[in-house]
Amino acid sequence: MHGLINKAIQSFVCNTYGKSRWIRVTEAAHLGFVEFEAMLVYDDEVSRRVLDELCRELGRPEREVLEDVGTYLVSNPNTEALRRLLRFGGVSYVEFLHSLDDLPDRARLAVSDLDLPALELTESTGGRFTLACHSGLRGFSYVLLGILRAMADDYGALVMLEHAGQVNECEMIEITLIETDFAEGRTFELGARAR
Amino acid sequence: MKDRENLAYLLEKLCPMFVLLDAAGRIASAGPTLQKLRPEMEMVGKLFLEVFELLRPRSVASMQAIASSGAKLHLRFRDTPRTALKGVIVPLPGDEGAVINLSFGISILDAVRDYALTSADFSGTDLAIELLYLVEAKSAAMEASRTLNLRLQGAMIAAEEQAYTDTLTGLKNRRAMDHILARLTNGVTPFSLMHLDLDYFKSVNDTLGHAAGDHVLQQVARIMVEETRGDDTVARIGGDEFILIFNHLQDKEKLERIARRLIDRLEEPILFNGEKCQISASIGIVLSTQFVSPEASKLIHAADLALYAAKRKGRATYRFYNRNLTLPVVAEDGPPDGGSAGNDFSEATERRPGQDAQPG
Repeated sequence: MHGLINKAIQSFVCNTYGKSRWIRVTEAAHLGFVEFEAMLVYDDEVSRRVLDELCRELGRPEREVLEDVGTYLVSNPNTEALRRLLRFGGVSYVEFLHSLDDLPDRARLAVSDLDLPALELTESTGGRFTLACHSGLRGFSYVLLGILRAMADDYGALVMLEHAGQVNECEMIEITLIETDFAEGRTFELGARAR
Repeated sequence: MKDRENLAYLLEKLCPMFVLLDAAGRIASAGPTLQKLRPEMEMVGKLFLEVFELLRPRSVASMQAIASSGAKLHLRFRDTPRTALKGVIVPLPGDEGAVINLSFGISILDAVRDYALTSADFSGTDLAIELLYLVEAKSAAMEASRTLNLRLQGAMIAAEEQAYTDTLTGLKNRRAMDHILARLTNGVTPFSLMHLDLDYFKSVNDTLGHAAGDHVLQQVARIMVEETRGDDTVARIGGDEFILIFNHLQDKEKLERIARRLIDRLEEPILFNGEKCQISASIGIVLSTQFVSPEASKLIHAADLALYAAKRKGRATYRFYNRNLTLPVVAEDGPPDGGSAGNDFSEATERRPGQDAQPG
């Protein structure tokens, strides 16, 4: 699994639960090191062990932990770069949702060996959407759920999100948009790189 | 006139940075994004060339002349911020003016900052947003790569350090000494070299064991580091063999004092688990200036010869190399020397003041 994904989980654990717990997880998973490198690729088995040990350490189910990872990636200042990249997807939450179809391509454009599962958004009436997350990265749909939740806050939209289980090869997420301009949301300026 | 209004409406939707010129080269209407760049300025009615400075094509008579040439335009605002723009110009039929479509080109990165532009300021087909996305995404990826590179560099330096260090004593190893000696022999700075061999070390190892031997070597290393200067080299090149290199030092008396002091201190008993370990040392010394061309192998061999001379004198002493030692006398405890060894030193000669060194 790509180092960026492993590093994201590491960053989440260190910032939410503290470095010592992360070190405990790496030891329990027999990692042999503490820091993942964002630009290296690791064996899937390694990531698997880390995630298993992490859930054991936290005493929480994997889906919950992964959803928190997704929320963390958008809302924490440490990963502001990622939030900005996602905000380039559109000026409104609906535009952002529609840009998700391009997400794997956008990711590849930035980091050529980063493979994310294909995503497909279908829109039904009454502000209802279904996002199909294809297989390839176990648990990705839960991370996505967290990202979608946090991005709704970012845009100031009020949404209801639900993981609708698996249909054929895809994990389904149901999105109901209740109000587009529910809250202020966070600002996004195209040229805000001078940080 | 109706046509012109329709045209302006279309352009507004398709090219938010358009300029519609009348036949006189005045701005008849301007796109919303272009106007956003100069909110205080009423563009309509101004001469185009009054607002913009034309960089290319250079030297043109009128806007009409440029329009009919169909050239690509490079221009910038006359007032600050002097944002660079590029554009295309197309003449309207019947000499009724022209349409110019402008774009930021590469200045887009500064422009979005300077003017707080948003996605809505670009046409739906403009790749500006994708370009900005890509720049940010690549910068983030580059930053991550840079972090990795720094870490790898750190690891490389540590590995190199390790490759040049004798792990037991922390002294430099043979490989490090070879590098340093090669550098010195290629340079012009004179230096001297000592080959130090421990005496009676084997009996410490044999009677008290390897742990005692290791302890003694560590103490020996500490003493040698203490008795030398920071830019001198102390290397362990074999089990109980060491080479010391002294930069700039050619003074025989000073070298004698150093050798004497080293031997004296090494003869002080070293305690290990309550047992006294008693050793001593023999030293051979050579000055780089004793050779016309001081090659590393010659110097080491010369120091060897001096060392064996010291050993033959009953150990616990030092000897300087001199050309009389050139032909090795078969030494009881020395390594087997080839019969041709003497030939390696055909150039060896002792330099005396006022006498040019000459190849033998």
